[in-house]
This record gives sequence, structure tokens and C-alpha cells, in this order.
Amino acid sequence: MSDYIEKNQDNDGVDRRGFLKCMAWAGTGTLCVLQGGVLKSFALTDVLQKNVGNLKGDLSFVQISDSHIGFNKPANPDVTGTLREAIAKVNALSTPPSFVLHTGDLTHLSKPEEFDTLSESLKSLKTDRIFYVPGEHDVLNDNGAMFHERFGRGTQGDGWYSFDQKGAHFIGLVNVLNLKAGGLGTLGHEQLEWLEKDVAKLKSSTPIVVFAHIPLWSVYPQWGWGTDDSEQALSYLKRFGSVTILNGHIHQTMQKIEGNITFHTACSTAFPQPQPGEADSPGPMKVPAEKLRGLLGITDVNFVRGKHTLAIVDSTL
Amino acid sequence: MQRTKTQQNRTARILGTAILGAVAVLSLSLASGALRPRSVIAAQEKPGTTTVTIDNFSFAPMQLEIKAGAEVTWINKDDVPHTVVSDDHKLFKSRALDTDEKFSFTFKDPGTYEYFCSVHPKMVGKIIVK
Repeated sequence: MSDYIEKNQDNDGVDRRGFLKCMAWAGTGTLCVLQGGVLKSFALTDVLQKNVGNLKGDLSFVQISDSHIGFNKPANPDVTGTLREAIAKVNALSTPPSFVLHTGDLTHLSKPEEFDTLSESLKSLKTDRIFYVPGEHDVLNDNGAMFHERFGRGTQGDGWYSFDQKGAHFIGLVNVLNLKAGGLGTLGHEQLEWLEKDVAKLKSSTPIVVFAHIPLWSVYPQWGWGTDDSEQALSYLKRFGSVTILNGHIHQTMQKIEGNITFHTACSTAFPQPQPGEADSPGPMKVPAEKLRGLLGITDVNFVRGKHTLAIVDSTL
Repeated sequence: MQRTKTQQNRTARILGTAILGAVAVLSLSLASGALRPRSVIAAQEKPGTTTVTIDNFSFAPMQLEIKAGAEVTWINKDDVPHTVVSDDHKLFKSRALDTDEKFSFTFKDPGTYEYFCSVHPKMVGKIIVK
């Protein structure tokens, strides 16, 4: 299938063929490859269709997000099914990812059986390890105690942690606890202090990857799509040559580059959410089941400006 | 909501009893010379039970004025869970309300009570108790 637009009727970079192709986007993840300290991310669909070039790097990993196990309403009554699709796509990669990051909202209602289903489903992922950070849907009634017990053992404070892989430093942050009335996501004083110390020992040439649920940049504060104290966190990372911030929460891919920092949000494996300000609220978009994938894809296409490919092939840092 | 015939009969009986009671109260009141039909109405329905609807990531009405002793019930009409939490995190705090789930709280003392959804803290509301 061609990646080029054949009938660009509305001059919007999308034709019907491309639209249909984008439907394959539901339930996909993002493959990240670290090449000489530069992190590149690719849509799994593209990787599987071999639409992207050299994927060989020092390290590759996959980000999946917002599985919302337990959600059963339009547009997706089968979120476990679409999570399985995502897993199948990861497992079909020619080079299995070193690990998988799940950037939160594993469940919809923080119920034990939802966490069970998520864990059971992810057992079939062909990877060495899965790292998690909680979304606000994972910490609903117990301030995250159940999530912490199951997915956050050995972490610091309310669940933040870091680890090193092939010379890159990975940092998992928690910004969905102790939220204040009228505010956005929050990291909090204790976590910020920890972060400052955690990166203090690193050389500025160390590639940094930060992952957290709510975007650490101001995507659309009116809908709560941002983190109140993210600026302070980012100030600790400014001296590094390569910083990648991976978030979920907004159920659509977006990217922003600011100096040496690249911000990227992932698709949900469950349901699409509207583009900022394009609806009355950020609630799940209700669409006919057969259009679910199409809408995820459209959202995606709109953020790849000036390119004729419909898949996300994110720019390098 | 459709009611069954049995329920209707039962309601009729209860109403009947209430009316009888009302008549009795009325007689007593008349006897004591102090007619207070308002207390009869109060016994039949609960004034000051007010509903706040959670829809489209907002509380409606966002600001509500009630009398002391009245109960407020929140109902979530959204497809995602929300909570109802007083700003001090102490006075009232619901569990996560899934679609169509409710939470009620009785405001005993006059004052202004601000609250929010702890899942989506941009959602805020206010209850003014007179």
C-alpha cells in the first residue's frame, strides 16, 4: 500500500485510502530505538509494514498506554481485545523490545479484577520486562495502594524510580496523586527533590528518558492536560544533551520539541479522546465501532504536518 | 420509571395513611389552636434534597444554594469515573463514581463548601448553605 496521498481532496493530507490505513492504528504502541544516544520513535504499524528505515540501534523498547481495562462503553466495548491487538503487534517485531513501558491507566476503575486482566494479558508480551507508572484511573479509591502493591514494588516514595539501560537513564515519575482542586497533574516536592538528586550524578551526555502518565508539558490545561510543577522537573534536565519525555493520558499522539527535550504522547490501546478543545469535554469519543481505529488514526495524522506519510515517524531529538 | 400495580396500591395506601395522619395532626392543631400545615408537607416529601449532575467533566449547577440540613446528591452521567471531594479532603469524600452512580451528603451547618473531582481536579463546584 502506498504511503502517498493519491486523492488529497480537502487538501488536508488525508485521502480515503490513507484514512483506512490509519484504522490499523487502534491498539498500537510506539517503538523507540536508541541510536548513538539519539532516540527515535516509530509507530508499530509502520515498523511491521517495514515503512521505516534503519531500526537497528543500541536499544529498542516499546511504549503502550491507557489500556483502561474495565471500560466497556462506546466506542470500545472490548478494551481487552484491543490490548491483545497491541500485544500481538509488539510480538510481531523482528527484534523483540528490550522492555515495554506502560504509561498508566492500566485500568478504568482501579478494580482488582481489572488489574488481574491487565497482568494476565501482558504475560504474553515477548519482552524481558515491563515498567509501569500509574494513571489517575489506577489510584482511584486507595491513593494508589493496590497499584503500588502490584506494580510499584521497590520504587521510591509514591512509586517513582529510575534505571539504566545501555547507557541511557530511564526515570518513571508519578503525577496522578494528591491532585489539588483546580489544578493539573502534580509531582510534588518530595519527588522533585528525589529527581534532582537522581540526575545530579549523571554526565550531561547521558541520554535521558522520562516517562509519566499525564503530559509533563502544557498540552491543554483547560482539560487538565498538563502538570503543575513540570517546569521544575524539566529545569533539572536542561543540561542534558538528549531528553525524551514519554506520556499517555490524552489518548492521541502529539509531539513537541523544545531545545534538547522532545515531548511525546502515545495512543491509547482502548479508546480515542478528542483533540484539545474540539469537544465539550475530554471524555471518550463515541463513534461507531468500525470507525474506532479510523478516529485514532485521524488524530494521529493531524499532528504529522507537512508530511505525506500517514504514520507517525517522529523526528529525532 | 414504570411502577407495578402493587407498588401503586402500596403508594396509595401510604398516601392514605399520611392523609389520615395529616387529618389527625390537623385536628390536634385545631384543637391546640395552632394550625401548621407546612409540617405536614415536610413529613410527606423532603424539601432541600437537591441533585448535582456530573456531565461533560463539570458539576451542574456549579454553584448551589441550599438550606442547612438539606441533602445534596451527585449523580455521574459521564462515561468516566469522577469523585466528589471537599477541598479540605475531610468533610466529604466519595469513592470513584462510575456512570450513573450517586453520592449524597447532608450539609448541617451554614457556610460555603468548595469541592472538586480528585480525578480531574479542574472540575470544581461550590455548595452554599444558608
